[in-house]
Amino acid sequence: MSQSFEEISAQLKKRHRRSARMKWMTMGALILSAAFLVVFISDMVVRGWPAFQQAQIQVEVSYDEQSQKLPLAAVDEDVRPLISRGFFRPLPRKMEDNPALMGTTQTQWVIADSRVDQYLKGNEDRLRPADKETLENLVEEGRADLKFNTTFFTTGDSKMPEMAGIASAAIGTVMTMLVTMAVCFPIGVMTAVYLEEFAPDNKLTQIIEININNLAAVPSILFGLLGLAIYISFFGVPRSSPLVGGLTLALMTLPVIIISTRAALRSVPDSIRHAAFGVGCSRWQVVRDHVLPVSLPGILTGSIIGLAQAMGETAPLIIVGMVAFIPDASFSITGASTVMPAQIFTWASEPNSAFAEKTAGGILVLLAVLIFLNALAVWLRNKFERRW
Amino acid sequence: MPMNIVFLLFCAVLVVMGGIAFVLSRAKATRVRATGMAMHAQPDQYAWFAALATAGPALLVSALGAFALLLMGAEIPTFYLLAASLVIALIGLIMGLNKVRPEFHARRAIEGVIRKLLAVAAMISILTTLGILLSIISEALRFFQLHSFWDFVTGTTWNPGASFLSAAGRAEGGSAAQFGSIPLFAGTFMITLIAMLVAIPFGLGAAIYMVEFAPMRVRKAAKPVIEVLAGIPTVVYGVFAALTVAPLVVDIAGLFGLDASYSNALAPGLVMGIMIIPFISSLSDDVINSVPNSLREGALALGITKSEMVRNVVVPAAAPGIISASLLAVSRALGETMIVVMAAGMRPNLTANPLEDMTTVTVSIVAALTGDQEFESAQTLSAFALGLVLFIVTLTLNVVSVFMIRRFREKYRVNNL
Amino acid sequence: MNDTTLQNFQTQQDSSTASEEAVRHYSDAPTPDKGQPVTRNESIEENLSVRVRDLSLWYGEHQALNDISIDIFANTVTALIGPSGCGKSTFLRCLNRMNDLISSVRIKGLVEMDGHDVNARGMDEVALRRRVGMVFQKPNPFPKSIYENVAYAPRMHDMVSRKADQDELVERALRDAGLWSEVKDKLHEPGTSLSGGQQQRLCIARAIAVRPDIILMDEPTSALDPISTATIEDLMDKLKKDFTIVTVTHNMQQAARVADYTAFFHLGDMIEYNATKQMFANPHTKKAEDYITGRYG
Repeated sequence: MSQSFEEISAQLKKRHRRSARMKWMTMGALILSAAFLVVFISDMVVRGWPAFQQAQIQVEVSYDEQSQKLPLAAVDEDVRPLISRGFFRPLPRKMEDNPALMGTTQTQWVIADSRVDQYLKGNEDRLRPADKETLENLVEEGRADLKFNTTFFTTGDSKMPEMAGIASAAIGTVMTMLVTMAVCFPIGVMTAVYLEEFAPDNKLTQIIEININNLAAVPSILFGLLGLAIYISFFGVPRSSPLVGGLTLALMTLPVIIISTRAALRSVPDSIRHAAFGVGCSRWQVVRDHVLPVSLPGILTGSIIGLAQAMGETAPLIIVGMVAFIPDASFSITGASTVMPAQIFTWASEPNSAFAEKTAGGILVLLAVLIFLNALAVWLRNKFERRW
Repeated sequence: MPMNIVFLLFCAVLVVMGGIAFVLSRAKATRVRATGMAMHAQPDQYAWFAALATAGPALLVSALGAFALLLMGAEIPTFYLLAASLVIALIGLIMGLNKVRPEFHARRAIEGVIRKLLAVAAMISILTTLGILLSIISEALRFFQLHSFWDFVTGTTWNPGASFLSAAGRAEGGSAAQFGSIPLFAGTFMITLIAMLVAIPFGLGAAIYMVEFAPMRVRKAAKPVIEVLAGIPTVVYGVFAALTVAPLVVDIAGLFGLDASYSNALAPGLVMGIMIIPFISSLSDDVINSVPNSLREGALALGITKSEMVRNVVVPAAAPGIISASLLAVSRALGETMIVVMAAGMRPNLTANPLEDMTTVTVSIVAALTGDQEFESAQTLSAFALGLVLFIVTLTLNVVSVFMIRRFREKYRVNNL
Repeated sequence: MNDTTLQNFQTQQDSSTASEEAVRHYSDAPTPDKGQPVTRNESIEENLSVRVRDLSLWYGEHQALNDISIDIFANTVTALIGPSGCGKSTFLRCLNRMNDLISSVRIKGLVEMDGHDVNARGMDEVALRRRVGMVFQKPNPFPKSIYENVAYAPRMHDMVSRKADQDELVERALRDAGLWSEVKDKLHEPGTSLSGGQQQRLCIARAIAVRPDIILMDEPTSALDPISTATIEDLMDKLKKDFTIVTVTHNMQQAARVADYTAFFHLGDMIEYNATKQMFANPHTKKAEDYITGRYG
């Protein structure tokens, strides 16, 4: 009646081959996805690494009457074209602020022009032959070199690539995120507490729940339209400000925080609530003294993930005008401002190719911050996660 | 006096009054209790109630007043408004103190307020949705007053650039603004299609491997990698698409003798697909994981090989969940903005060739709202009309996907007896 | 076991008296040939189906089975009984290598079937499972139609080529499982639309459609109502004509009603293996006796 093992095994050969093929194919899908991440990160590192270096030139700067009037005169005529205009422009102000400098000559490393920078990095050659010769001589004398680019971390945007930095965007991001979290963290946690602990099971509650899930799937750009139509045109919140950007992102992040807080509250076993009720706590006392403290790590983890998500968001901020050109950092929440992803977007659309490395450099900084935040969330989760 | 100083002063007075209410009522309650009378609440609870009664109504009144001032254009001098609020605060203080009586349920009163506050917070999400709907619909309606809805839906030419000319009454032969959205939707669907062709096989494959085949170690290592992929901001993917993938596509197309545009639809499509892989894979992972193990054992016990089991039993069982995940992914791809803004073209182009440049709905929204346009211009308003369509489509996809996942869950609750 | 012996047996149980036959081989000494039942059930002509020798199994560090030796005879029903956690289900799953699905499991010892060690490196577990079918505790029909539930595996195994053959095979399996009359008009409705007892019979039909040699049943009636349980017990009795059945049960009455042989497991050891009548009427070991009389369980 039944076949022997040998017969069956023989029949199975083909099916086993097919089975193995499926295993390899699905494994390939995973490996390719992971390989993409590697390609992507290495692409960004290769592109962005040069942004952390900047060509500098050692020159003799003479602080005198003439250079007060005509800053270009402060350095020797030969090297003048090699040096960034961003160095000359603040010279008179510097002398005014520090009268002791007057009449002295100092040897110092100053920021080189972007063309010099690109030439030394081997990217492109747009220098005039005479300048190139001067530069080669300087390099030979050890007076022109690539050094760590502190400017990138201390200044705002600039039309001169060598003077452009991420600092004002970073400060804009911090201000925007402060507004976002100040609005959406309390509202999100309160909503979640209400839905999990207080809400009666009625139509309204169901509508709120469905609505939150839908809100989580609304394309982010539509939040930008909301911000534009309601905050800016209706309430008159200043355009491009961290206030309007933060409020817009707050609505977008709200569902993330609500959903993760609800999950954290739900993971607190009912036995704890029953025990607290049993010793005569009111519902609010149970929540405040027993449920919230144990679910706090989960709530924080979810909030950090929501924060990281908001920090990387760009589309709604473009709509509310946060892609402004901001050369100077400002801590105001109503002044014009920009954020890191928007800065990356601005640089990416600059035609000058020297900005390409700034773009990738900005991406590396942003990714570093986001990975740090995500790692923090994972660490929090692992450290405080309780199995009931 | 500048506004913000007045405002700060007002807040400070309120805080001080609240503090006074707290201290006084606490002292009173303690005194009452010291006489040996049994009270319904703790002194602290009376104190909190009094503070709440002082500050709460006053804040409410000033907020309402400010709202009326800003929106209704009501002419209430700020000074009177604040003064009225302070008077209300004073009344609240006296009443709060008066309420410190043994038979008063201070705790219950506070908790009632807290409960209402929480409920109000919960309503904000509804308000947000309403806000999105109202803002988009009202602006879209204004757009459809300027341009016919029919032309918007069926027109094949999108040329909003000339709208300011026609507004200025200078619509000369053929240069009138045209708002036919079909090329935009065609571009959006083309890029979404490419993205799905990448994301669904890879995401699903990775999920199947992780759940069904991978050893524990691989699973543990791969999960964070996929989470990192999911956490990369879209603007970063946009840069990658524009700077790395698009030139690559042009080069490769060149090898085959094809002519590709630098803002071809393929590059943003591919990168968007990669962006969505982790989304599909983690949702599918959950769904496949929740297919009951008894089904797997049932199949294996019949002498079915593992891949036959996956293909014929697990995947069909998980199908509603996988479809639901894919619909959510489609909705994401349709609404994705940064990748297409940076890597796809700006030229509305009705074509089936992914190597040509084409533009999408989201790109047009951004383009319409970032120029130096008047808010009232037809081009600006067109962004809201496009936004409305985008909202309706993504909402529908989301609702269908929620419906499918619910059916999936119900099915397995029934099956597990 | 036919109906009359079943009745006889139950009378014996009720009166708690041992029959003459039962005492014939009584001996307190340990089983002379390890693996053989202490008492052979002589109403059946026995061919060896599975021979197990010194089978041990570990879940990680924890040893779940301890040197099990047992002979399972063709065309009989063998019941595995014992308190929960005693290893009876684990043992059952060794017979079709379902334990392979758990990565931390380590197995030592011999499980021999048709002259092959089923744990040998060269043994294809898929081929093994084709010859050793299984029915689970909870009915687990596939999310397919009733017809597809039965036809799926035979089709994958190339047992049928034409549609007519397939229809015939499905009908036969459903008839054998005693389900045909109930479902013949709704073959294309989902298998999950049936009642629990019907679902379990569908799972039996699914298993016998592959024509295995052995059917393993892991507490097949524990999730069912008494009427469905009785139907499935009848079915087991009919099916042993064509198949060897090994069933795990936590219900001693069920073992007494359906099994020809009964093995008693306790904490990973097989304490006693005997003809069912003998086991229940006059157990050899104190532990088995205490369990059967309800001192623990």
